[in-house]
Amino acid sequence: MSASFERGYHALMEVIDAPVASFFMSCVHCGLCAQACLFYTETGDPQYTPIYKLEPLKKVWLHEYTLFGRISSRLGLSKKLTDEELAAWSPLVYDSCTLCGRCSMVCPVGNDIAYMVRKIREGMAAAGHAPQGVIEATQRTIRLGSPMGIKLQALQTQIRAQEAETGLTIPIDQQSADYLALLSSMEIINFPEYLGSLARIFKQAGVSWTLSSEAFEATNSGIQIGVSDIAREIVLKIVNAAEKLQVRSVISPECGHAFTALRWEGPNLIGRPYNFAVVHILELLDQLRAEGRIKTDGQLDTPLTFHDPCQIARRGGVIEQPRRLLGEVAADFREMEDAGVMNWCCGGGGGVSANPRAEAIMIKAFKRKKDQLEATGAHTLVTACANCRIVIEEGLEAYDMNVKVIGLTELVAEHLKQEETS
Amino acid sequence: MWMIWKSLMSETDLLLWTRGPGFQWALGLFLLGMALRGFELFSLGRRRDLAAPRAHSPGSGWRTIFTRSLPKWSTWRRTPATPLIAYGFHIGFFATLFLFPPHIQLALNIFGFSWPGLPSPLIDALALLTLLAVAGLAAGRLLDPVKRLISGFDDYAVLVLSALPLLTGYFAFHHQILSYTLMLALHILSAELLLALMPFTSLVHFATLLVARWYNGDIAGRKGVAS
Repeated sequence: MSASFERGYHALMEVIDAPVASFFMSCVHCGLCAQACLFYTETGDPQYTPIYKLEPLKKVWLHEYTLFGRISSRLGLSKKLTDEELAAWSPLVYDSCTLCGRCSMVCPVGNDIAYMVRKIREGMAAAGHAPQGVIEATQRTIRLGSPMGIKLQALQTQIRAQEAETGLTIPIDQQSADYLALLSSMEIINFPEYLGSLARIFKQAGVSWTLSSEAFEATNSGIQIGVSDIAREIVLKIVNAAEKLQVRSVISPECGHAFTALRWEGPNLIGRPYNFAVVHILELLDQLRAEGRIKTDGQLDTPLTFHDPCQIARRGGVIEQPRRLLGEVAADFREMEDAGVMNWCCGGGGGVSANPRAEAIMIKAFKRKKDQLEATGAHTLVTACANCRIVIEEGLEAYDMNVKVIGLTELVAEHLKQEETS
Repeated sequence: MWMIWKSLMSETDLLLWTRGPGFQWALGLFLLGMALRGFELFSLGRRRDLAAPRAHSPGSGWRTIFTRSLPKWSTWRRTPATPLIAYGFHIGFFATLFLFPPHIQLALNIFGFSWPGLPSPLIDALALLTLLAVAGLAAGRLLDPVKRLISGFDDYAVLVLSALPLLTGYFAFHHQILSYTLMLALHILSAELLLALMPFTSLVHFATLLVARWYNGDIAGRKGVAS
């Protein structure tokens, strides 16, 4: 279907539900959400006030779902949303919102603003106002099954390289394994060591696992652009693979939006609950640690800090697990101010890093992370999202900072007790 | 105009009207309005969440209804003025409304029960402070670029609507500007105006914020987060 304003308007009408109505009714325009948004705090530009980003959605709600709005629009007393307005809001909705949900935590009347930004993107995309970069990533997903255009051969190459590196076999299409592991596109291209780390950890812990040649990527650009049809297809591919292989659980990789897409949105997208569990890799690692199935050796003495990926912590509930894991391997762990559920976003989540139009503002917004990082005095940053990692590395380069970035899974793998891995 | 009005209705007539039919109209509009807004809100419904919620969660809708009354530390740190003025206004407004002895007397006459109040001079001072808070809220709207951008007619109108009962009450108590009878009539009228318009302005947040907070807390709570 081609994009049009009518489709966009209809999509906006579709996404409005009772929570959205309660949020718009309750807003007293206090502006406190601005103070929670890194795009506002780092620019001081009032247009980045989170609730302001929802003006088009609010207009549709007023006109379609309130009595006075309906009367006044039928009488021609108030203007309906226009395509120009919708287009003008596209940068606010896509470039300067990472769906991090920090605003949703501070709103005094309880508005879940990120919930609504996710929804307004459905209308934006249907009206053809999604940014080109994100559209292209989504088109690649439809055409090639991968937002970065990764094919099975590319994965197989990485598998062979990691097998050579670790001396372990990386199982693929193993029927009835306990766990189906997924990867993010970034991990396949930029951080294949994640795969090797999984192999080493699972070997020691005795976890039965597999990859799938039919669904190996968890990155879901449908969620980021706001096209539920595509998001559903991506999720379905994974669901089908998991059911075909008859695994008990699917492991979401070190990627924030993949976890949100698979764990929280997935069943709603496909319209039924899963018959397998979805766990984030950090949840599984912490569980293995608690069960004594992974044993680590030696601690890093260098000071290090942890960046909570928004979708994993604030929007995913995985908060204590990384800290317990870090407690095993880090002697000098330093918490950032506002860590955990109130952590600041890296600035590039929610499709922002895939959107060339947002490049300048993303780097500007990174200043928040820079200040947070500098306050800890640490020069090593651990995180658990490949996208955060790429964005942070870009930010560090832009601000000429000397900080090493490591994935947590990789860090755990590096500290596994040697004798038990061999 | 005033003379015509006066010839038609005496001050006492007006006072009697506000105490009788005026109040009934206001209450009727309020109840009808709340029913309408409630219907607008809940008729939209919400899809059942098919994702398995976390077995144990520190958060829930009920919890967030209460916890959102206290600003997060990060809010206090960055912008203490907004919550402080808002607290000042809400506490002051509700104290003058519910703890002023004549108001309690009114409740006793209508409902047959009462509660302890605060001494009138204290309420008097509180009313002034609350008016000051309204001025502060207005100044914030006009001066802060964020608030100015997102404010509309409604946001300024509700400040006037909330200030009028305080102002007229203060003048009636002090027998200033107009005769006591007329000022008292205007005071009751302004309170009725506030009551009647509550459902149709952003003042409806007094009720809908319970729903909004519940949804927020529920969405986060299912994921294992106390929001």
